[in-house]
Amino acid sequence: MKPVSGDRWRGVAERSWRPAALLAACLVIWHLITVTGLVEAYLVPSPARTFDLLVDKWSYLWGHTWVTTYETILGFVIAGVLGVLVAVAMVYSRTVESTAYPILLFAQVIPKIAIAPLFVVWLGFGFEPKVIVAVLMAFFPVVISTVTGLKSVDAEMLELAATMGGGPVKTFVKIRFPAALPHLFAGLKVAVTLAVTGAVVGEFVGSNEGLGYVILQANGNMDTPMLFAGLIVISVVGILLFLLLDLAEQLMLPWHSSRRGAAVTTLLAKGGT
Amino acid sequence: MSTTLGTTSAVAINDVSVRFRSKRAETTAIEQVSLDVAPGEFVSIVGPSGCGKSTLLKLVSGLLRPSSGSVTLLGEQVRGPRHDIGFVFQRAALLEWRSARRNILLQAEMRGMSSAEAGRRADELIEMTGLTGFENALPHELSGGMQQRVALCRALLHQPRVLLMDEPFGALDALTREQMNVELHRVWRETGTTVLLVTHSIAESVYLANRVIVLTQRPALVKEVIDVELPGERDYSATMARPEFAAATARIRDLLGAVTGHD
Ligand SMILES: Nc1ncnc2c1ncn2[C@@H]1O[C@H](COP(=O)(O)OP(=O)(O)OP(=O)(O)O)[C@@H](O)[C@H]1O
Ligand SMILES: [Mg+2]
Repeated sequence: MKPVSGDRWRGVAERSWRPAALLAACLVIWHLITVTGLVEAYLVPSPARTFDLLVDKWSYLWGHTWVTTYETILGFVIAGVLGVLVAVAMVYSRTVESTAYPILLFAQVIPKIAIAPLFVVWLGFGFEPKVIVAVLMAFFPVVISTVTGLKSVDAEMLELAATMGGGPVKTFVKIRFPAALPHLFAGLKVAVTLAVTGAVVGEFVGSNEGLGYVILQANGNMDTPMLFAGLIVISVVGILLFLLLDLAEQLMLPWHSSRRGAAVTTLLAKGGT
Repeated sequence: MSTTLGTTSAVAINDVSVRFRSKRAETTAIEQVSLDVAPGEFVSIVGPSGCGKSTLLKLVSGLLRPSSGSVTLLGEQVRGPRHDIGFVFQRAALLEWRSARRNILLQAEMRGMSSAEAGRRADELIEMTGLTGFENALPHELSGGMQQRVALCRALLHQPRVLLMDEPFGALDALTREQMNVELHRVWRETGTTVLLVTHSIAESVYLANRVIVLTQRPALVKEVIDVELPGERDYSATMARPEFAAATARIRDLLGAVTGHD
């Protein structure tokens, strides 16, 4: 139960109006820049033209959006599962932790865009190299957040569990893993946005479909409206996936989100005071 | 000190010492402590902060191994974490995603107890500790005193023959603490459980116990054992007014003042 505080939807509106106003302001500035001729139209298309194009070429964009979304989700899920498994192994075994950490760190600091061509050479132009780049991008935050979460468990709680005699498996299932979930979700939210970037980077390097391909093509043709449209669609995909995870978190961890504050706060609160 | 290893003791601590070794130094937390607790007895342990009281309870529960000496619990030597005890810590240590009732039932789930029986027992304890109406509340919706009651219920769910409590009411305000003392006294009278209670409150230690163990500054030695000459059934304010109560608390205050050197 929360302290009684007005209507939930009014709360959402109160939190949303600032970011919405900022977005509107950006659109107005964008519009003004183009109508005043401050910047040539072939460099920056007007918002109206961009949205016209979004509508006109929707079926074309939709197909490519689906490809990128598919690669992103696949990469994200693989990174999520692998990340959690590696994190659990690291928390339960000092040897695994000390062995895996340097390799993980190495895999994290190496620029993905620099190794992406290698995957294209190895695996061709299909979806596999894109998924691999997405996995590489998303993996690290999942591991780090899960390790942090699993280690954040109250030491006294674990001592108590020892006197209850449930053994390590029950202790993990009933105490450690649920306690790590808030951290895990924080990591997953970062991971999903990185997975989008990973998929697009993969497409840049070698591909004939996906939003990365659309942008690259548009760039080659000096088709700036299409380029802007592609950028907008990519952002929307990233934001929607993020919000989906936020929603999943609220449904799965009501005990946690009820204290953190309601609905889409993580994203929108940044616009608040 | 009696070091007889009677099979009649619920808890027998024999010549136990505990040394902690860290990178910088070696600290002796407990030095050759011996203590016998009879079945059904309520023993309070008081002593200066950092003298080794928590360490003593962890030894009895098997969460900590002694550097020397031995601990026997219910006739069996303690070699690892024991499951036949109930433990209450200073902080309630509740799972924040579980309701009060399901926090209590964690004990049953970890032990694989039959859920029907555990449920019945949990409801009994909820009623006994006055938590009725808050079964489904999450920990952050409970007051500190209620959280501590949940922890107590969880420790009692499996009807342990020995209950270990480490400053369970330390975080509560004075009034709630008195209520909890009265409740704990009643629970103890009703269940006949052996209790080892670590506390900083002299009044609490005397009101609840058959005996009060006063420990010295670290390394902890048993400074004195006070036998509490009060009736079994203790009304709170009547007990406070008794001369035996005043005598015992004065004696303990004296001893603690002497060991901490504040007198
Ligand atoms: N794991 C540990 N490693 C090193 N030293 C420890 C450890 N646990 C306890 N100690 C030391 O042992 C001594 C006794 O600690 P203990 O927690 O038993 O004290 P206490 O009597 O419960 O104190 P308090 O009344 O403040 O709770 C302290 O000096 C403490 O620093
Ligand atoms: Mg202590």
